Amino acid sequence: MFTSSSNFSNAVDAAFLYTAALSAIVLIGIIAAMIYFVIKYSRAKNPVPKNIEGNTALEILWTAVPLVLFMSMFYFGWEGYREMRDIPKDAMVIKVTARMWQWSFEYPDGLQTDTLYVPVGRAIRGDLHSVDVSHAFYIPAFRVKKDVYSNKGNNIWFRSDKVGVYDIMCAEYCGLKHSYMYTKIYVMPRNEYDHWYADASRKAGKIAVRDTTDAK
Amino acid sequence: MAKAHVTSHEPDFWNVQTEHKGIWAWLLTKDHKRIGIMYLYAIVSFFFVGAIFGVLMRLELIAPGKTIMEPQTYNSLFTLHGIIMIFLFVIPAMPAVFGNFFLPIQIGAKDVFFPRLNLLSWYLYIIGGLLAITSLFLPGGPVDTGWTFYIPYSIRTTTNVIPALTAAFILGFSSILTGLNFITTIHRMRAPGMDWFRMPLFPWSLYATGWVQILATPIIGITLLLVMIERVFQVGIFDPSLGGDPVLYQHLFWTYSHPAVYIIILPAMGIISEIIPVFARKTIFGYKFIAYSSLAIAFFGSLVWGHHMFTAGMSTTAMFIFSFLTFLVSIPSAIKVFNWVATLYKGSIALEAPLLYALAFIIQFSIGGFTGLMIGALSIDIHLQDTSFIVAHFHYVMFGGAGFGFFAAMHYWFPKMFGRMYNKKTAIVAWAHVTIGFNLTYFPMFIMGYLGMPRRYYDYLPQFQPYHIASTIGSWILFAGLVMMIVNLIRGMRSGEKAGMDPWGGTTLEWTVDTPPPLENFETIPTVTTGPYDYSRYEIAAKEAQ
Repeated sequence: MFTSSSNFSNAVDAAFLYTAALSAIVLIGIIAAMIYFVIKYSRAKNPVPKNIEGNTALEILWTAVPLVLFMSMFYFGWEGYREMRDIPKDAMVIKVTARMWQWSFEYPDGLQTDTLYVPVGRAIRGDLHSVDVSHAFYIPAFRVKKDVYSNKGNNIWFRSDKVGVYDIMCAEYCGLKHSYMYTKIYVMPRNEYDHWYADASRKAGKIAVRDTTDAK
Repeated sequence: MAKAHVTSHEPDFWNVQTEHKGIWAWLLTKDHKRIGIMYLYAIVSFFFVGAIFGVLMRLELIAPGKTIMEPQTYNSLFTLHGIIMIFLFVIPAMPAVFGNFFLPIQIGAKDVFFPRLNLLSWYLYIIGGLLAITSLFLPGGPVDTGWTFYIPYSIRTTTNVIPALTAAFILGFSSILTGLNFITTIHRMRAPGMDWFRMPLFPWSLYATGWVQILATPIIGITLLLVMIERVFQVGIFDPSLGGDPVLYQHLFWTYSHPAVYIIILPAMGIISEIIPVFARKTIFGYKFIAYSSLAIAFFGSLVWGHHMFTAGMSTTAMFIFSFLTFLVSIPSAIKVFNWVATLYKGSIALEAPLLYALAFIIQFSIGGFTGLMIGALSIDIHLQDTSFIVAHFHYVMFGGAGFGFFAAMHYWFPKMFGRMYNKKTAIVAWAHVTIGFNLTYFPMFIMGYLGMPRRYYDYLPQFQPYHIASTIGSWILFAGLVMMIVNLIRGMRSGEKAGMDPWGGTTLEWTVDTPPPLENFETIPTVTTGPYDYSRYEIAAKEAQ
């Protein structure tokens, strides 16, 4: 369930586990109190109810405590988002084009592929563009997603620290074959990627621009 | 709560003679109760159509690849399931059925303030509903845009978008007029002595709902109209290829459709606030906090629509504010939950079907609320947006919450409406099926959503299958429970035991009038002297007996 395959996945999973754990504790408290009251004060055991109109101290307590808890959840989410927003200046740029119902990727030298290949440990910026309806670029394992429009250039960025193959999906409903708008991202060791890039570019008649930035 | 000694020997509203005969006595009625009953039949029918579509979708998803239908059929099914369940079931369900029937009685009035307008609202509802159903059979094929009608897809598709949009547009007016009617009724028609804080909490919730209906619904009306204009006349408003902006559409759509969530849930919260005191035989805990929290929810809930668009690429400031307000709106909901649970404390609790639905509501609504916090947090939502986690979240709120509120109300007010009682044991067996089935259907969607299962997918990767199988099995149990519930209610309606004036021991005004109520509810309008949930009689009786 938790992959730690990109620079965001640990932070998102931690924020999720934090909110889920807090929620579970409060929820179990609510359910336990409910079941306890229903059993303890059943009509058979407790035929005479006690009229209690309320308790202001309690009201303040159960307004203030959730407020503090919820604000901490908000803060966690906000912190995580700030990192997603700030795209490193030296990120490698890949143009991502969405159409009904496939993805294509264009590398700095003009090479185009329909599967995404990236070097491990390198910040990648995707410049997202659609040629028809709206789509959404989604890599579940990396915990990143962004809508893709035809009139609005959205960006996404990520850095994968783990070599492997991951799914790319379309997350915005886009018609008949929406659920088939899949592809893969290959995160490759640095030298393997360089080799693939040079090779694929030569085959496509492009001159590979060697990426000189060091892996982070 | 009131000195209302109704000794009416008038025929009840089912049998009363009016100026019209036969079916016209119903179709031309201005009686809020008959209109409520007509809404009930229509809304429950649409609910079952939507539910059958849901079961078919779940069946398709039991295995990857094609199971029983083509992708186009599936896309139309989830669209129609959404349109029917949102616009024809949950939005109108509680105000139009129970609000109509019980709001006037609960505040001691003979009818709503605008009875003719009330009948017009019903006709608008029926016209909208029939149009939505007719669009299925028109050439072009059923609409396949999703209930959100996102542009540009909804401009490009060749399916029947216009009839569906027109239906939603008309249904919007039905909702606006109902809200207007209720607000006016509450302002103008409360019985003598019923000041605002002696009003039961269901009318309070309808009051908050009414304002949202009036203020938010015109926005969706205008937006849908603009989409029609864009589709027909090719005027560029939202479609980028015509020079429009799809994100503008999303803003306008959610400016209504998020507050609509509160149009849906607030009346259900009102119903839960009615039921718990009756079955615990004590006054509601924190009456004013529950009443005010309805207003707070209506207010803050109107300012959080942007959280549906965290992946659209909004400004950082907008992201910050929408996320922050989303966390704030959860506070008044949490206050309600705590007050409901506290009401059970030292009560004298009878676990009848209405209370069981109410307790399931509290738990499921809480799960919906907590998962709402998770997706209100920015970084988490980026991952979970448009996955089945979202589907699970809103079904916990809309179905596990509002839907269960509707079922609770049906079982609670049934004897008053029909003058008979359903089989209580069967009702509890049905409740168990509905509750277990509901949770089995939707809980697995949280897990697979976190694992990356997008929503609105006809086909999926094999790793998600175990969760889909569990969910589909859940849908069978759920549907079986729903059928059991409705059959039990219909049998109760026809041949159940006769119900008395106050079968549950309730204290609000509807339990002081005849069962079923006569045409104008009260022979003499009661004078109200206490709060709505005065159960001190049990304590007083016990003291006197000592």
